[in-house]
Amino acid sequence: MKKAIEKIYLTIILIFMYAPILTLIVLSFNSSKSRAKWGGFTLEWYINLLSDEAVASALFNTLTIAILATIFSTIIGTITCVAMIGLPGKLRSVIMGITNIPMINADIVTGISLMLLFRFLHIGAGFTTILLAHITFNIPFVMLSVMPRVKNINFYVYEAALDLGASRTYAFFKTILPDIVPGIISGALMAFTMSLDDFIITYFTKGSGFETLSTLIYNEVKRGIQPEIYALSALIFIVVLTLLLIVYRAPQSKTKEN
Amino acid sequence: MSKDLITLEHISKSYDGQMILDDLSLSIYENSFVTLLGPSGCGKTTTLRIIGGFEKPDQGRVIFDGKDITDLSPNKRQLNTVFQKYALFTHMTIADNIAFGLKIKNKSDSYIKDKIKYALKLVNLEGFENRMPESLSGGQQQRIAIARAIVNEPKVLLLDEPLGALDLKMRQDMQYELKRLKEELGITFIYVTHDQEEALTMSDHIVVMNQGYIQQEGSPEKIYNEPENAFVADFIGDSNIIRATMVRDELVDILGAKFACVDTGFGENKPVDVVIRPEDVELVSPEEGTISGVVTDLTFKGVHYEMDVQAGGYEWLVHSTKMSEVGKEVGIKVDPYNIQIMNVPASEDEEAISETI
Repeated sequence: MKKAIEKIYLTIILIFMYAPILTLIVLSFNSSKSRAKWGGFTLEWYINLLSDEAVASALFNTLTIAILATIFSTIIGTITCVAMIGLPGKLRSVIMGITNIPMINADIVTGISLMLLFRFLHIGAGFTTILLAHITFNIPFVMLSVMPRVKNINFYVYEAALDLGASRTYAFFKTILPDIVPGIISGALMAFTMSLDDFIITYFTKGSGFETLSTLIYNEVKRGIQPEIYALSALIFIVVLTLLLIVYRAPQSKTKEN
Repeated sequence: MSKDLITLEHISKSYDGQMILDDLSLSIYENSFVTLLGPSGCGKTTTLRIIGGFEKPDQGRVIFDGKDITDLSPNKRQLNTVFQKYALFTHMTIADNIAFGLKIKNKSDSYIKDKIKYALKLVNLEGFENRMPESLSGGQQQRIAIARAIVNEPKVLLLDEPLGALDLKMRQDMQYELKRLKEELGITFIYVTHDQEEALTMSDHIVVMNQGYIQQEGSPEKIYNEPENAFVADFIGDSNIIRATMVRDELVDILGAKFACVDTGFGENKPVDVVIRPEDVELVSPEEGTISGVVTDLTFKGVHYEMDVQAGGYEWLVHSTKMSEVGKEVGIKVDPYNIQIMNVPASEDEEAISETI
């Protein structure tokens, strides 16, 4: 009895959480433009999407920014974590605390402050400002994911490599890096996901005439919703979901090996 | 013994204002098994890490084979280390672990293959080439760590409490294994441990350390039978350490009774410490004994009985295969050769040493 109630409760929760997205996905295959009527299955909206130049350019912008922001933030975040190895534990947690604040901070505050900063520094709003903003808000996510790995490094292994004749650089790549790679990968995937679906910070730092997928959808919705948008949103959801599944699976499989 | 291979000259090292090593000098002979023995925090591991190049001394020099290597980085030193926690490369196979040092030295593939085979045979783990470190037991991992070090043909092998994480049986097996390896390889072993039994079993030469100072060095027999101060006597095995008075040469007053001994040169009526090992105390009838007392405690220890005897205001620890029941009046007799006389600590440093006992 208790088990049955538990299952029903869980089902209701999941329905509440996923019903909106399911609706969206179903409507993206609806041949009728009406939101209330099922007109049969179609891929028309997906095909339209592919031929839409605005969407193609927004997709290109989104991916370029996400990839570049991921690369830079992963490198910067990882180097910062490795550099913090030598710090005393107390100072390390203070620094981690400071880097965590931007994650908890409201996106709108981060977005507006970045916009003001770029204006103040006379950096023209566009690709560069969005990229800088994305690198900034991604670094804490990378560090959050890499730091636990860094804390667990067995330094005797690094010393053993030195002892066997390895240079410091070679020993780092052979011993420390393999140990933290799972953290780096999940940090990078996290950063990529964050960058891909960010709207607020992008909106405040993008300037006019430069669109990413999220800002494009926002603009389209203002003009009245087209079914293509359902298709686009459904695609974004699937991509982000896939990435998140990989992020959550990656570190788990590693701990099993250990 | 042969010539000096490693010489430490006036080494000092402190962390955060705390002195770990204070003006330590030590010579290590070629082809010897030297053990640095002491309680945790005595500076033995720091000494080993300075020899290995992982720590730099604040003062002093490290001489290796006639050359000053104080500032040489670990990867340029002709010695290898076996770490306490094995420190194997977990993402590499056993063969790759052992080949690590050889690959850096650009040895040929066939040479590396031969060496891996030879090393695995030496540590009795033939056929383990393709296993991963995690699938091995602690003892096996430690053998691989040793194999990985010795394929590089170091002149010296440094071992930092390598058996610390193993269970008793495995530890005893590995002690003999290490002794055999040392004989087969003919290189110098510098071994760090806090286990006195391990040190006595394996070493040619023991260096007893405490609070950053060398307390005594010498052969295991010498360290055990002729401890130079109360710390060494107490750290190496059980002992009765009693404050006494040297009446004259070859006669010492212990707790009011006059014992004959063999030591000379301490002066007349001078305060001294005497060390008597529990197995050297003979229990006889009260009339025969130099001093008499009462048995207060009796414990069966397997090989022998352990008894406490209250005599002359001191509780004597006695090991004997013959049992004396609690409450029995007994006499205590000690062979003159088994009484070890030590100077009473004079300086403040030495006083500090004896306080930690």
